[in-house]
Amino acid sequence: MERVLRDRTAAVIFLGPALVIYVCILLIPIGWSIGYTFFSGSPISGFTFAGFQNYATLVQDRRFWDAFWFSTRYAIFVTGGQIGLGLALALFYHFYLKRSSALIRTLVFFPVVLPTVAVAAIFQKLFAIAPQYGVVNAVFDLIGLHSLVQPWLGRGQTAFWVLVIMDVWRAMGFYAVILYAGLIEIPAETIEAARLDGASGWALAQLVILPLLMPITISALIFSLNGTLKVFDSVVALTGGGPGNATTPLTLYMYRAAFTNNAYGYGSTIAVMLTLYCLIVSLLAYRFARRDV
Amino acid sequence: MLMRRVSMVIAVTLVVIMLAACGAPAAAPAPTTAPAPAATTAPATGSATPSGALKFLSVQAENEGYTKIVNLLTAEFTAANPGVKYEFEQAPQTDLEQKLQLLASSNSLPLMFPSAATGTLIEMYRNGFVLDIEATFTELGIVDKLNPVALSLVRNLGNGTALGIPMELNIEGFWYNKKIFAEQGIAVPQTWEELVAAAEKLHAAGIQPFAASGEQGWPLTRLIGLYAQRKYGPDALERVAAGELKLTDPGFIEAAQAVQDLGLKGYFGPGVVTIDYATAVDLFVQGRAAMFYMGSWELRTFNDPTRNLIGAEQIGFFNFPTVPGGAGSLNDWPMNAGLTVSLGRAAYEANKPLADAWLTYVFERYGDRSMSELGAITGFKVENMPANTPQLTQMVQSQIDAAQTPMLWFEARFDSAATVLSQRNAQLLITGDMSAEEFMRALQAELDN
Repeated sequence: MERVLRDRTAAVIFLGPALVIYVCILLIPIGWSIGYTFFSGSPISGFTFAGFQNYATLVQDRRFWDAFWFSTRYAIFVTGGQIGLGLALALFYHFYLKRSSALIRTLVFFPVVLPTVAVAAIFQKLFAIAPQYGVVNAVFDLIGLHSLVQPWLGRGQTAFWVLVIMDVWRAMGFYAVILYAGLIEIPAETIEAARLDGASGWALAQLVILPLLMPITISALIFSLNGTLKVFDSVVALTGGGPGNATTPLTLYMYRAAFTNNAYGYGSTIAVMLTLYCLIVSLLAYRFARRDV
Repeated sequence: MLMRRVSMVIAVTLVVIMLAACGAPAAAPAPTTAPAPAATTAPATGSATPSGALKFLSVQAENEGYTKIVNLLTAEFTAANPGVKYEFEQAPQTDLEQKLQLLASSNSLPLMFPSAATGTLIEMYRNGFVLDIEATFTELGIVDKLNPVALSLVRNLGNGTALGIPMELNIEGFWYNKKIFAEQGIAVPQTWEELVAAAEKLHAAGIQPFAASGEQGWPLTRLIGLYAQRKYGPDALERVAAGELKLTDPGFIEAAQAVQDLGLKGYFGPGVVTIDYATAVDLFVQGRAAMFYMGSWELRTFNDPTRNLIGAEQIGFFNFPTVPGGAGSLNDWPMNAGLTVSLGRAAYEANKPLADAWLTYVFERYGDRSMSELGAITGFKVENMPANTPQLTQMVQSQIDAAQTPMLWFEARFDSAATVLSQRNAQLLITGDMSAEEFMRALQAELDN
């Protein structure tokens, strides 16, 4: 095999088509999009060269920074919740439920297969205040906590937490399964040996299980961060980015700039920034992984 | 060596083939000048039977609203002209702007399609993508079929040129529950103070004064715009567009403040920004809110006994009230032409005889057929009013006939960015998360951009 790949001709023939497809469907559009960042206008009015104007506007655009901050906060809390609860669930499956965990695993995994729009519709009803109280407000009303009866999705602060809860609930089963797969790969002898040395409970988890689980945890972290930084569908389905722009992430802001406001250049500039942001976060995570694994 | 050359040739050929396959989307940017009219097909003589292909793109389903009427009339037209092939396509409203931009950039807009947002539509006209409706209908001899008010509305939107066919003609105002008003002893409000006093009385009695969809945003900004038009006169928003007035002027801030006050007092009910459009309608037609600001397109719900539980006879209608020290009068009504449709110039010129015959056939009959089939009021004159027209529809038709000056909605002259900002920030305004000054300042800054 090595001899075959050392032959340049064979390498070109084997890799060439794949490389060309990759260039066509990934690199050309990225290059095209970067090109747009130096233009203003739309397909109807035509494009005019604008130099670095889009970048200058972006730096001073308060709505861009609001969206950037929202995406960051959302990524921190949702990724933290997805990985943290996923890990807790994986440990729960492995050490408490053991072989009888299949049913619970399936139930916790179930939201992953539900369409986002359906999940968002469920959460809208759960947190509704009108035309009638949703379950959450009804429970608060029932137990006399009237001050907590409120339009959860109608205020920026509370809508943010509803979104976080929804997306953690939706994906924690997925990360639990991934981490569980890592957990069952840890040799039983290692854990047995640690136990014989007197490790148990939190000490066992902290000193033996979590370090051994680190490679798969880092992979899960990168998956989750990339998903949460680029969140779009759940925000659109649950809050539409509102109230106002209080729950608008960078992706939705980019979409509106390009396709609602017809500012293709500015939308592309936001997209380039988002790509760079994801790249930097992923590189940091990889770096962290290389040091620790 | 020979082997290496052969393999290089193969590789280069492969690259060329792949690039050719991928090259299509990477086309040159859109034309910046008016597109050249497409080559016309064999021009038919005046007496020849028209033939060729027609295409109508709509945001409605094929058996819904004005699309249903156009499709019905087209079916008759194609039955009489077997050489004509008719194609109908439905596009979702949310992707419309994007779709129109793509079609325009490849100069393949269909003959008839939903109008783009005001700013984009004017841009399309400037670049030769769409036709002047008034000029086209004049040439076809059917311009007198258009209701003059509707024509002036679409002309006003297109900066003096009619760029959309007024498929609907709507009047807007407050619909109210007559039974609730009578029980609470409330007279129809004529002034803003009377409206606020009525709301206060209803609220105190445990009745939600207004139903509104804050999720949509526009039902709230409509009120702000109308307050300002009552303050400065019916042309207030045109004066803003012309730069004579600023949204940061005291009257506009007073308007935003007045609507915010209604929200903060809870007159729109709890969680107004989470209420979607259908829920807002239901709150009113189920008798759970006393008033509902909306356009006459909702007659379809008011005349539907399965949805309207309070009964059509219990619904009254009044104009937006006057405001203290305002220049506006109750003779000025907020009106609009609904979802208009535009005509693609290239497709029209590609087969003018067919397009002319079809447009004449459809729009000569459109007004009457819409009224008889759907009870819908359109931007076309109704020559034969059906005997079984619902009373509420007749009342609205007579209000439209009596309206003197039509007023535009708040965002009618804004571009898409300012429209979105206005409707989104209305959610923050109504909950008190943004002050009236901030609301207007942000909007004026967007307009100045």
